[in-house]
Amino acid sequence: MPPGILTLAADKVTLSPANTGFMLICSALVMIMTPGLAFFYGGMVRVKSVLNMLMMSFISLGIVTILWVLYGFGLAFGTDSGGFIGWDGNFAGLSGIGLTQLWGVSTIPIYVFAVFQLMFAVITPALISGALADRVKFTAWALFIALWVTVVYFPVAHWVWADGGWLFKLGVIDFAGGTAVHINAGAAALGVILVVGKRVGFKKDPMRPHSLPLVMLGAGLLWFGWFGFNAGSWLGNDDGVGAVAFVNTQVATAAAMLGWLAYEKLRHGSFTTLGAASGAVAGLVAITPACGAVSPLGAIAVGVIAGVLCAMAVNLKYKLGYDDSLDVIGVHLVGGVVGSLLIGFFATGGVQSKAKGLFYGGGFEQLGKQTVGVVCVLLYSLVVSYVLAKVIDLVMGFRVGEDEEVAGIDQASHAETAYDFTGAGGGTVGRLGEALTKKVNA
Amino acid sequence: MKLITAVIKPHRLDEVKDALQAFGVHGLTITEASGYGRQRGHTEVYRGAEYTVDLVPKIRIEVLVEDADSEELVDVIVKAARTGKIGDGKVWSVPVDDAVRVRTGERGPDAL
Repeated sequence: MPPGILTLAADKVTLSPANTGFMLICSALVMIMTPGLAFFYGGMVRVKSVLNMLMMSFISLGIVTILWVLYGFGLAFGTDSGGFIGWDGNFAGLSGIGLTQLWGVSTIPIYVFAVFQLMFAVITPALISGALADRVKFTAWALFIALWVTVVYFPVAHWVWADGGWLFKLGVIDFAGGTAVHINAGAAALGVILVVGKRVGFKKDPMRPHSLPLVMLGAGLLWFGWFGFNAGSWLGNDDGVGAVAFVNTQVATAAAMLGWLAYEKLRHGSFTTLGAASGAVAGLVAITPACGAVSPLGAIAVGVIAGVLCAMAVNLKYKLGYDDSLDVIGVHLVGGVVGSLLIGFFATGGVQSKAKGLFYGGGFEQLGKQTVGVVCVLLYSLVVSYVLAKVIDLVMGFRVGEDEEVAGIDQASHAETAYDFTGAGGGTVGRLGEALTKKVNA
Repeated sequence: MKLITAVIKPHRLDEVKDALQAFGVHGLTITEASGYGRQRGHTEVYRGAEYTVDLVPKIRIEVLVEDADSEELVDVIVKAARTGKIGDGKVWSVPVDDAVRVRTGERGPDAL
């Protein structure tokens, strides 16, 4: 977020049509990340639960958008109270905002900032869904999203990005959401699976991804949309920082993909498509907080380190016995922590702020601040998410019945089947399937 | 009559079909099958999680023939299907009591 814009002379702060147009496009880019995430996750689950996986992300586009307009933007970015939460009556319903009223000292209207930030609020709870594949009630999940953004995401976004937020004032660097988005979602995933438990057959049944092309498509959409996520987080292009963020996003992602692939080639013998997709996402996560603080060479280091560490981290769930189904913790929590802490080493002091990391003569000061940000967001999200999940589980039950889970959550929760194989080819299965499927409400 | 069943590698299907046609077989039934023999399956890795996949895809061919052609036809199939590597499959024959061509009602060898 844009402390650098503060350096612009006051008389330059007028509405910039270029920045405004750029930011609207960036908002659309961040929006496409949520469907991209849905495909990324959807391809990784089994045939019987892909629709539920897609819907867990898509429903966030519905719920969080409405809550953001009603009160979320006000809580996250309204006038600060004690560094922990904001409020502004004019932001409620986005109804008291002037058309050309600028956001803070930026050059874009508040409306543009509000919709850009909305897309971040949408994708963050959607990230958590990967840990909960195949097994949670859709209504429980929808309720969880509504509660979680209200008591976790909106406040944490305030801490990290609002001018009065306590982590922002402390000097914690989080350019586009390493703490507020990725550590936040990853820690929440851990909190929820501690309540929800494992999938039926975890570690015993084969749970291969049903469509790796879908995973690659999703990873590609995420990579594309992430340019809006990162480069847009400077809210304009007056000083070139957004361009550096853009370049670093590409560089770190490339490095992380190569790092993950190299690790798994050495460790498991093959370059896998899932490894390429996962490595790319790990790199995107890790560079998110750091893309405005490091040089392109620093971004290579951040990417490689994140790619290898995340590739190692995803196997921990089998050792520890926690069913983080699609590795939200292994990729987003670990990647977010890696990226946030590496700022303390690789910040050059020459891009978004003057803060220098250890390798650039800045000593341990920035690393200490980054550590505070990481630990506080992680613990807050972990504890509150656990409590929310526990309450939902007690009130309505978080999981579907075991019979529904085994038969497939798509049919139980959505009354649909993802792929219609009846009539494909001349085999008996196709013909029989067709003969046994009848439309009842003609 | 005999029913010859062959389970072969999918990529040998064309050779086997051509060889059967050259021999003078008029019809056959092909099914996509999966199974394993001494070859066993293969290993797949997803984010480090290794899976052994026991079943490998195979093609199952069924041909009805007259007793006199049976042995020679088995040899024809074996020759066409062989690659010399593990997993080439199996061919066997069993006696058949009766056969009827549905359209005409012809029975026995006339139905072939």
